[in-house]
Amino acid sequence: MSFTTSAAAIAAAKAEGRGALVGYLPVGYPSVPGSLAALRTLCGADGLTPGVDLVEIGLPYSDPVMDGPVIQRAGTRALERGVRTRDVFAAVETVRAAGRPAVVMTYWNLVERYGVEAFARDLANAGGSGLITPDLVPDEAGEWLTASDAYQLDRVFLVSPSSTDERIAMTAQAARGWLYATAVMGVTGTRVTSSDAAPKLVERIRALAPEILVGVGLGVSNGDQAAAVVKFADAVIVGSAFIKPLLAAEDAGDPADLTGLRTAVADLTAGVRR
Amino acid sequence: MNRRVTQNPLPDSAGHFDIFGGRYVPEALIAALDQLEAEFVAANSDPAFWAELNRLRQEYSGRPTPLTEVPRFAEHCGRARVLLKREDLNHTGSHKINNVLGQALLTKRMGKTRVIAETGAGQHGVATATAAALLGMECRVYMGKVDTDRQALNVARMQLLGAEVVAVESGSQTLKDAMNEAMRDWVASVDDTHYLIGTVAGPHPFPMLVREFQRVISTEIRQQLSERFDRLPDAVAACVGGGSNALGTFADFIDTPQVALYGFEAGGDGVETGRHAASIEGGSVGVLHGMRTYVLQDADGQTIESHSISAGLDYPGVGPEHAWLAATGRANYEAVTDDEAMAAFKLLCRTEGIMPAIESAHALAGVIRLGQRLAIEQPEAEPLIVVCLSGRGDKDVDTAIAYFGLPGHPDLYTGGIA
Repeated sequence: MSFTTSAAAIAAAKAEGRGALVGYLPVGYPSVPGSLAALRTLCGADGLTPGVDLVEIGLPYSDPVMDGPVIQRAGTRALERGVRTRDVFAAVETVRAAGRPAVVMTYWNLVERYGVEAFARDLANAGGSGLITPDLVPDEAGEWLTASDAYQLDRVFLVSPSSTDERIAMTAQAARGWLYATAVMGVTGTRVTSSDAAPKLVERIRALAPEILVGVGLGVSNGDQAAAVVKFADAVIVGSAFIKPLLAAEDAGDPADLTGLRTAVADLTAGVRR
Repeated sequence: MNRRVTQNPLPDSAGHFDIFGGRYVPEALIAALDQLEAEFVAANSDPAFWAELNRLRQEYSGRPTPLTEVPRFAEHCGRARVLLKREDLNHTGSHKINNVLGQALLTKRMGKTRVIAETGAGQHGVATATAAALLGMECRVYMGKVDTDRQALNVARMQLLGAEVVAVESGSQTLKDAMNEAMRDWVASVDDTHYLIGTVAGPHPFPMLVREFQRVISTEIRQQLSERFDRLPDAVAACVGGGSNALGTFADFIDTPQVALYGFEAGGDGVETGRHAASIEGGSVGVLHGMRTYVLQDADGQTIESHSISAGLDYPGVGPEHAWLAATGRANYEAVTDDEAMAAFKLLCRTEGIMPAIESAHALAGVIRLGQRLAIEQPEAEPLIVVCLSGRGDKDVDTAIAYFGLPGHPDLYTGGIA
């Protein structure tokens, strides 16, 4: 089977005999230029880490119901500092220039307001691979299915431990690229331990849709946990653990300090290579 | 007392009122929404469910609520004859209990033991805490920090009733942020928890089922008018934040075109100032809190903070059925400013000895304007208008002290209105 660009990144890691690391950072935090620098570090462009395999760029939204306190805090500050929807395309270009595929993750109203077709067009022009839609289920996604078909963009939908078998099968059918399995019932944020809901969910997805690649997110905060997740999933998705060091750097008075982020990237990239 | 069939053909099976409504939520909530919808459909056709709800409405809440004619107030409303549907006389002081009792019984049917709720003015939170106490359920209420400050009395009431009140400090720290926080809680707790949404907003099936639990308002209005005056009203009116008391007031009249429907939104400092909560008059179509509706948003689709003297109307969205009623022209929506609402608040106190909630005062101000306009447009007519007095004003006394500069406790008026 042929893979789309973001799925190809996951498949390439698989070919190396390991799971893929998907890293999330929001555009606009600590500032728009600051977020571009952080994204380059996430990609390993400083040559000090291998970098993540695929980047998930968050576009901050005023009412992010799926986000925990860490991502909320960064997103709120990004909005206060004037981040705009169009800034996400510059972030995509930055990630592409650093040699990694990029998907955007945002809430549906921002896409709808920009214009679904226009957003798909500009995302494709910037070199983006697709879109993760935390509050858009396939049932409401008619316009997005059409636009993502037209521009050959990945559409990554979420599945949850509470999803029925019918919904998992339907969502896998509607998706292109890969599926985002939300590992624990809850919003994003680092957990002390990952629950056993994740392997069970991935097992169900494998049985219902054997072809599709599965990334597991929500709850992974360090290399050990990432290593555990990629034993059963194709990719592990990490967000809050990359944002925390950025928030800490700002709190310490030097928002441009990327050392903490680099340490987190090193730990997590090593985790998926164990 | 309550009709058991859904009369309105909408929403469709996926919760759409034409382009409005639907379910824009994380997949993690879909199963819970499906379960809720199935439970509601089953309960709605179960006479035992309605018998229990109607018993609670009569014996606990105090329904039917009176329809009070207010002639001295009506002297300010052109030639209109004005009657108030006294939802303020419900137990807990507002219409919110109608919906809460229904959803609390649904929660029990689903075998869930915990309820969470969002609240603006605190009325829905108090009603939810009340039902949780009555039915022995755990209860947590999310309330914006701005609102816990301006509605301290209701915070204390909820706590006395055994509920945990969480002051939400994210975003604008008002109702919309309380809803976000309640949604986050629900995503993580959906197995044992019901999210008891207080208005006709949010993802399907909430707009539909809250409408059905509030329908009793219009059913009683229709029956009471028929018994006393043997006629229909010319118009019914209500304030609109999320829009539950308004939809309850409209529901049984939507299919009766000779009855005009008026919803009055919170105009804050005036829609032209940008500091308001009038989503229909001053907003545009977007997606917020799981539904497509009219939203106050900027060019990028980021939600704009709403402004209103009334905590209960301070919300940058509106229920999707109202969006549909507005788009089709079936109902009329107008904005009422803070000043107009406070003038009407005072007028009803002075002319009738009834202290309305500031939310309800928006509807009263709207009816003053409507009555005066009709007197010019149709000078011979004596229109009969029913206004939903959705809640009582006790909770708003601090705000009124500050607004009118009354010599109350100095701390309460020197600080201005929060």
